[in-house]
Amino acid sequence: MSILVVEELGKTYSGFQAVRNVSFALEAGEMLALIGPNGAGKSTCFNMIDGQLAPTTGRIAIFGKSTAGMTPGDIWRLGVGRTFQVAATFASMTVAENVQMALISHHAARWLTLRWAARRHVAEAEHLLDLVGMADQGQRSCGELAYGDLKRLELAIALANDPKLLLMDEPAAGMAPRERHAVMDLTARIARQRGIGVLFTEHDMDVVFGHADRVLVLNRGTLIAEGAPHAVRANAEVQAVYLGAGSLYRTHT
Amino acid sequence: MSAAKLSVAELRAAYGQAQVLFDVSLEIAAGEAVALLGRNGAGKSTTFRAILGLIARRSGRIVFDGEDVSRLPAYEIARRGLGYVPEDRRIFSDLTVEENLQVGRQPPRSNAPTWTLERLFAIFPNLRELRGRAGARISGGEQQMLTIARTLMGNPSLLLLDEPSEGLAPRIVEQMIEAIREMKREGLSLFVSEQNLAFARLVAERVYVIEKGKIRFAGTMSEFDARPDVRDAYLAF
Amino acid sequence: MSFYFVQFVTGLASASSLFLVASGLSIIFGVTRVVNFAHGAFYMLGAYIGYTLIDRLGAGVGFWPAIGLSAFAVAAIGTLIEMLLLRRIYDAPELFQLLATFAVALVVEDLALLIWGPSDLLGPRAPGFKGAIDLLGQPFPTYDLLLIALAPLVLALIWLIFRRTTWGVLVRAATQDREMVAALGVNQKWLFTSVFALGVFLAGLGGALELPRQAANHTMDLQVITEALVVVVIGGLGSVPGTFLAAIIVSELNAFGILVFPKISIVLVFLVMAIVLIVRPWGLLGRAEAAARTASGAIISRWRPFGAPGRIAAALAVAFAALLPIAAGNYFVGVATEVLIFMLYAASLHFLLAGGGLASFGHAAYFGLGSYGAAIALKSFGLGMETAIVAGIVLGLVGALVFGWFCVRLSGVYFAMLTLAFAQIAWSIAYQWTDVTGGDNGIIGVWPSAWAASPARFYWLTLALSAGSIALLRAITFSPFGYALRALRDSTLRAETIGIERRRVQWMGFVIAGGFAALAGALYAFLKGSVFPDNISISLSIDGLVMVLLGGVGTVSGGVVGAAIYRSLSIWVISHTDYSRLVLGALIIVLVVMFPKGLVGAFEAWRSARTGARLQGQSP
Repeated sequence: MSILVVEELGKTYSGFQAVRNVSFALEAGEMLALIGPNGAGKSTCFNMIDGQLAPTTGRIAIFGKSTAGMTPGDIWRLGVGRTFQVAATFASMTVAENVQMALISHHAARWLTLRWAARRHVAEAEHLLDLVGMADQGQRSCGELAYGDLKRLELAIALANDPKLLLMDEPAAGMAPRERHAVMDLTARIARQRGIGVLFTEHDMDVVFGHADRVLVLNRGTLIAEGAPHAVRANAEVQAVYLGAGSLYRTHT
Repeated sequence: MSAAKLSVAELRAAYGQAQVLFDVSLEIAAGEAVALLGRNGAGKSTTFRAILGLIARRSGRIVFDGEDVSRLPAYEIARRGLGYVPEDRRIFSDLTVEENLQVGRQPPRSNAPTWTLERLFAIFPNLRELRGRAGARISGGEQQMLTIARTLMGNPSLLLLDEPSEGLAPRIVEQMIEAIREMKREGLSLFVSEQNLAFARLVAERVYVIEKGKIRFAGTMSEFDARPDVRDAYLAF
Repeated sequence: MSFYFVQFVTGLASASSLFLVASGLSIIFGVTRVVNFAHGAFYMLGAYIGYTLIDRLGAGVGFWPAIGLSAFAVAAIGTLIEMLLLRRIYDAPELFQLLATFAVALVVEDLALLIWGPSDLLGPRAPGFKGAIDLLGQPFPTYDLLLIALAPLVLALIWLIFRRTTWGVLVRAATQDREMVAALGVNQKWLFTSVFALGVFLAGLGGALELPRQAANHTMDLQVITEALVVVVIGGLGSVPGTFLAAIIVSELNAFGILVFPKISIVLVFLVMAIVLIVRPWGLLGRAEAAARTASGAIISRWRPFGAPGRIAAALAVAFAALLPIAAGNYFVGVATEVLIFMLYAASLHFLLAGGGLASFGHAAYFGLGSYGAAIALKSFGLGMETAIVAGIVLGLVGALVFGWFCVRLSGVYFAMLTLAFAQIAWSIAYQWTDVTGGDNGIIGVWPSAWAASPARFYWLTLALSAGSIALLRAITFSPFGYALRALRDSTLRAETIGIERRRVQWMGFVIAGGFAALAGALYAFLKGSVFPDNISISLSIDGLVMVLLGGVGTVSGGVVGAAIYRSLSIWVISHTDYSRLVLGALIIVLVVMFPKGLVGAFEAWRSARTGARLQGQSP
């Protein structure tokens, strides 16, 4: 069974159709890239899948359950991890505490008032930080991390509820080239080990080619191509979207 | 060097902690039209925003008309004749078309073409009929024309034009090309960012290719055409 | 019938001057995003300066030019303050701007007292508008008719300025997108200054025009700022037509409320404001704000519990404090008790504001509910002090449960305004429900049980409860719940995507803060032996904010330190000078400009810079 099924998804903002009739599915252990030019509707799609936006039309099912009416919190509880284009972490906490916070929420302990939060799930947090290669940075303040490490921390937070689906919006944005591949390698390794399906958007074509099993191309809200990276690359319509339809303006030259 | 309209040396910039420009250096001569090519997220908009001081510049030197403007606030740079047209248009949606143009108005400059409402309406005829309409209630193509016209009201001597063809219907793109050529005839220097190669080819003589915040290629349009490897590595899918 | 009509028309006349003040407030907020608390003070200055000008120059230049001149004089003063003070803090968090303008209001109040003396100054009648006309058989002042005509005129004038002048177009553009305006070569600094000048001009004009209707006095400022805030919030922050509409609604509510619901006339206005905020959070004609600025550019420092040295220091401080009654006399022990109570009050607000990022402008509501709950339990139900304190806490908790449920549905300025509205509702009830609360006369004879009756014993009781509560608040801050609350403050987006329920967690945080504030209020009732509506006043709410900001919002419990310093200082200043507000206001201004991180925050920054330098020194 596919872990994520999107059917005929559409979103209209005050008359403007940002996304129309998008359908696809994601399998366990698969790395699926969602790409397209600016304004193609990638973020809108993402925000509908993670519950921040309600779709105008269509259905989304995660692990076979319809997510209609669910909040981002409900969807997290289904077993979905999420990272953001601009890393979202808790700046007044240490690296370890960031992960512990996610674990506390996952273990439904967030209403306790007379216990020390910093003493909860210490080993589990260490394990997750170790997994993303930050074992020795647990006691650092979140505010003093390099950006690449913030992205790794976000990944550790996203893994805290032992998800089977990861939604990553531009996981490599804002990082130096070498670091991008390191983070994507790490993500792919974890995904394969744990059978996690990963849906990610990305601008960096090296990252897409290096790490995606399959690619979806959005343009003006519509899915224009889908398939293995090399097949999509050969697609004429995709080339036109990326390079511009040169033939259109020949008359002027 | 003195002929350079704009010269940028080793510019670094960051959004918060994420560094997005790595030692960007480039030069625009007076009267020249140059394209900045690159994919989505390659750093085109960021380069423009950093030149104008709209995001934090970490280091580097920006010289405009022989004056170091690296530490000046955005409005001071704009007042020296550097016009900026943002990719997302940023029309003042509550203001009418004519009021939008009014916001951009600056005194005429000796080294730059002078624009009046009449002359702008000649280039962008649609705007004339829409002058009393609110910015929110005109189409995407009309907004694109308005944002360019608004910046031209400041009589800039160099125009930074961020992805002018993005999201426009082919008919509008043709109008846009005509408009840009008219600006060139007037002697305006142009620095245009584009993803659309065909468009860039029609307006620019020289090319910079940017990817991941670094300049990867610099040369004339024909030099660029002789290098399909550059195109495939940094622009094609 | 005719009586009601005249009442209606009188309401319209009041709406006029209210509109002048509120529109200025709204315009300033629209562009600079500053809620100008000093706006009432400028209104008052308008009246006083107008009085002097008419008195001195009236014979020469005439009544109307003198009114115009005083508005210009007030605008000049406002411009100066904008350039010297506000310009420095536009990038600081919104609360700081509020604090700074509040301090300006304090200073202006005492300066007015110094210059014009304590008695009310009755201005002259306007030439040509001294009499009354017959309105359906009732006499009606012609000056009021003039005012009624004036408001639409000013509205039209503002509209023209904003539509027909380049300046107005630039201001509207800047309201929408400041960055783009700068990219087009507009210097926003002067735009902000001129907008502030216009807003203050309108306030000054409103004040000067009031002269023929009411005497210039020292309570004008607070009275008008409260109403103007309500008007701006109901109309929609930044919307001038909305302000016009809301000024009429509020004034008519005031005019008829007193006839129809004399018992709850004051509550009425705030009730309407609360309803508007809940149904249409951005006001009648306002527009939903784009993503609110959260923690804009502020460097967030790491929070950690006390280590061994910190705990020992805290224990020593409590032990040392416990010895005080041995060394000091009754007066001093009483002062110390009061300071302790305010430390607890500030700590409870600090928990909500710093720990949860929720800036309550009406925290005094829960302090006051605690006071009244305890006093009523003691006097009306004959319970003992111990049970009465518990009753006070319970009443505070219930209030926070009910009010908080609505408040956490909003955020930012709107959250602040709704908390303010609820506090004013609580205040109005205390003020008007005379049968139960004693109204203005308060409840007196609220004395502690015999075992705690001596100043020293009550001090020890307060010390135990305050220190224990503050420790408890700190513990909660570092508990899983406290982390969840802080996670929402740090990154609402991230927190919600890891399953933290924003509204429920913030609601509970609100209730906890309310409960501890109520305990402080109950203790205060027994310390003073009486309870008055002042226990719920706006100035007490603002005092709380001052104490927290003084200590530092970025700190774990700087509010405690801020409270100790501010309360001691204000008690000392009040007993040593007649111009305490002048001194305190000036002090706050200096602190805001010099220590934008608060005192404790500045200390922490200094300490970490020192250790940082030391570490660097060690490395080869």
